[in-house]
Amino acid sequence: MTVEEIRGRLGGETDRFPVGMRVLAVDDDPTCLILLDGLLRKCQYQVTSTSQAKTALRMLRENQNRFDLVISDVHMPDMDGFKLLEHVGLEMDLPVIMLSANSDPKLVMKGITHGACDYLVKPVRIEELRNIWQHVIRRKKCEAKHESKSTTKGKNRHGNGEGEQGPSPTDNMDQNGKINRKRKDDEEEEDGEENGSENEDTGTQKKPRVVWSIELHRKFVAAVNQLGIEKAVPKRVLDLMNVEGLTRENVASHLQKYRLYLKRISSVATQQANMVAALGGTDSSYMRSLSSLDGFGDFRTLAGQGRYPNPALSSYQTGGIFGRLNSPAGVSLHSLSSSALIQPSHAHNLSNSLNTLEKFQPVVLPEKQNTSSFQRIPTSLEFDSPGDPTIFTSVGNASLFADNRAPLGISSNSLPSASVTPLILQGNLQQMQSGGVFGNQSSLKVGSLNSKPFNTGVAVQISRFSSNSLLLSEPFNHDLLPPNSMRSINSLSGPHIRNNPDDFSAMSAISSHMEDARGEIQYQTGLVGDVRNMNQAMDKRWGEHNQAYVQNPNMVFSTLNSMAPTKGVVNLLSQNVDQNNGVFRRETNTSLVSQSNSSVSTLLQHSGVEKSAIDSKMRSGEDYILEQTKTQGGFVHNGYDSLDELMNSMIKREQRGAMLTDGEFGFDAYTFGSCL
Amino acid sequence: MERSQMYRQLANMRKALFDQGFLDEQFVQLEELQDDANPNFVEEIVTLFYRDSTRLIHNIEQALEKNPLDFTKLDSYMHQFKGSTTSIGAKKVTNECTQFREYCKAGNGEGCKRTFEQLKKEYALLKKKLEAYFQLARQIGPVESACRPK
Repeated sequence: MTVEEIRGRLGGETDRFPVGMRVLAVDDDPTCLILLDGLLRKCQYQVTSTSQAKTALRMLRENQNRFDLVISDVHMPDMDGFKLLEHVGLEMDLPVIMLSANSDPKLVMKGITHGACDYLVKPVRIEELRNIWQHVIRRKKCEAKHESKSTTKGKNRHGNGEGEQGPSPTDNMDQNGKINRKRKDDEEEEDGEENGSENEDTGTQKKPRVVWSIELHRKFVAAVNQLGIEKAVPKRVLDLMNVEGLTRENVASHLQKYRLYLKRISSVATQQANMVAALGGTDSSYMRSLSSLDGFGDFRTLAGQGRYPNPALSSYQTGGIFGRLNSPAGVSLHSLSSSALIQPSHAHNLSNSLNTLEKFQPVVLPEKQNTSSFQRIPTSLEFDSPGDPTIFTSVGNASLFADNRAPLGISSNSLPSASVTPLILQGNLQQMQSGGVFGNQSSLKVGSLNSKPFNTGVAVQISRFSSNSLLLSEPFNHDLLPPNSMRSINSLSGPHIRNNPDDFSAMSAISSHMEDARGEIQYQTGLVGDVRNMNQAMDKRWGEHNQAYVQNPNMVFSTLNSMAPTKGVVNLLSQNVDQNNGVFRRETNTSLVSQSNSSVSTLLQHSGVEKSAIDSKMRSGEDYILEQTKTQGGFVHNGYDSLDELMNSMIKREQRGAMLTDGEFGFDAYTFGSCL
Repeated sequence: MERSQMYRQLANMRKALFDQGFLDEQFVQLEELQDDANPNFVEEIVTLFYRDSTRLIHNIEQALEKNPLDFTKLDSYMHQFKGSTTSIGAKKVTNECTQFREYCKAGNGEGCKRTFEQLKKEYALLKKKLEAYFQLARQIGPVESACRPK
């Protein structure tokens, strides 16, 4: 919500933010809860308290716009505070403050890596609470800033930055706050959401937040992959994505998040490194391209931080999950494994779908380490270029969605699924831990890839995330790109499909992407994006699950003819598969992941390899199909230009509740559209 | 008793609680939250504390009777308990909690038990004192509000 919204909500106290800021307080200890409640009321916030984390989550989910900030205790009996933190971060992108009687630095660090924007030690003093509104403003500002960056208008939004300095003293608030708010609003305007209605003036309009739908994310990932994770700069990514209404700012922030996500993933992927290595990180070229994604490495950090785009980012970590990940690129598989990798758990669907995917070469991008993970394995994907080499070049990255979504047209591509899959999948698979997410994904196989060496890093992770968690863990990210156009996908950093342990069937998200792909590159980007989104989202959540996120968001298809179909990973896959045409549709839909508990398979399925004719339609729908395999979460971002958008879409998605139906990706039917 | 006398007495009681280390600055925060909208906030929260912490105390007692002692669990209980005590500003009780946790970390079962006995004493003593304090406060009426400690 922008400040405007907040103000509006206050109904009368519009200019008095932070007065009336809506806070949700969660603490199992009634004494502390009452105290916290009292203190917050004293600060003139609107407080809702609950002692149950589950109740809190429910309230948050019911109405995404109901709260501005969440404060939660760390030790709670029904759910770990960090878990709640991840959930909130992934799904709602709200600032979360952790609270604990324990001031152990390790815990504080844990809070940070899980995305908390602050950590307070009990007993909490009212002075500390007086300043918490800064987190709300800051978050909005960042988003706005990113989004507005791309606007051609020369607003000098950045000026806000200064004004916004977080902890400005309360007394400053009025002035700065107002100014900042204005600027922020202004920036918010820049959000991709508003096509063209950027409003120059600093005032008042509230920019709608860009929702990074799976499609959009996929596109983003595709674009990133195409450019190479390290070289991906918002402007270029934006150009590649060619999404109307998307601003450079959006892309920039989204990219940042994505990078963080990849980082996170890569840490996961490292575990899988072996796998990845096996995959053959041979593609130097690929890696190179991936390296361009270096930035993604940062994703990880992004992921860590507050909720980045939350879900999406986390998955990004691995960024270039490309199968190859051996190390550089993104073997993020490893990293993915933990984070974004398609969470096997969720991926039950994925696994199924993945099978079908076979073709999808799950590009395991995880590894953000290499940053190259997104590196889209440019040529490396080689998948075999037999026909569609491109297919997953990104596949490498995008470990496709584990879901076996077979439908992923990928198969049609003759992706060397086999070969590819191993790459990434491997990495992912591991990560997929429970679900073996990628494991089976032979489907990732990006089928058409002609057994081309996935090594190229195409981490087609799609491996089945058997466990349903996001399949996509990383591989998607870039590599998924459908062979044909995939080549371009290189830059796909593969969306990390974060599998939320809970829900992502992970792959479903991916599959959702795929679906869209209609043979278009969409998949790729979409997948990637989606995956990524999913991953990210999942990432956060899965931290514990260790599931491989399929981070495909990037992978997918960014390169596809610059069309980065952001459609869920699935798209990627399918696209890849279909690639033949090399026409990847870049779905700008960022709608990721439908929350299909049902599994990622939907993602994959949808991707329906039908994509054979990849038309380059670019969907500008910013929906990422976030397939939450499990019911929530998996965001698969299509290559979103900016993480912001990704996040937005994700968030939007959440809000919209548009979750792709499980099982069917129907990309078209995706929530993508609705995501926005 | 005359009202002004009662006020004075109340003030003295309060001062003594702080001087003797039963309460600390956090208690003042509670008092500050008390206003017309929440006239009995402090008493309510203290009452809630005592009610809720009974359960924790009981858990700890049971855990202390086990053999061998599960220090991790004990520490975890005490951590929760400590969170509450610090929130209301129960200084002495909190100190005992800290001590208890030290013993847990050291694996000193005897030390834990001893400290726990001490803790219970402080806990009960504070309860009595606060009850008396609130009773007087109620007698005086809602007008009075504790002044800030020096």
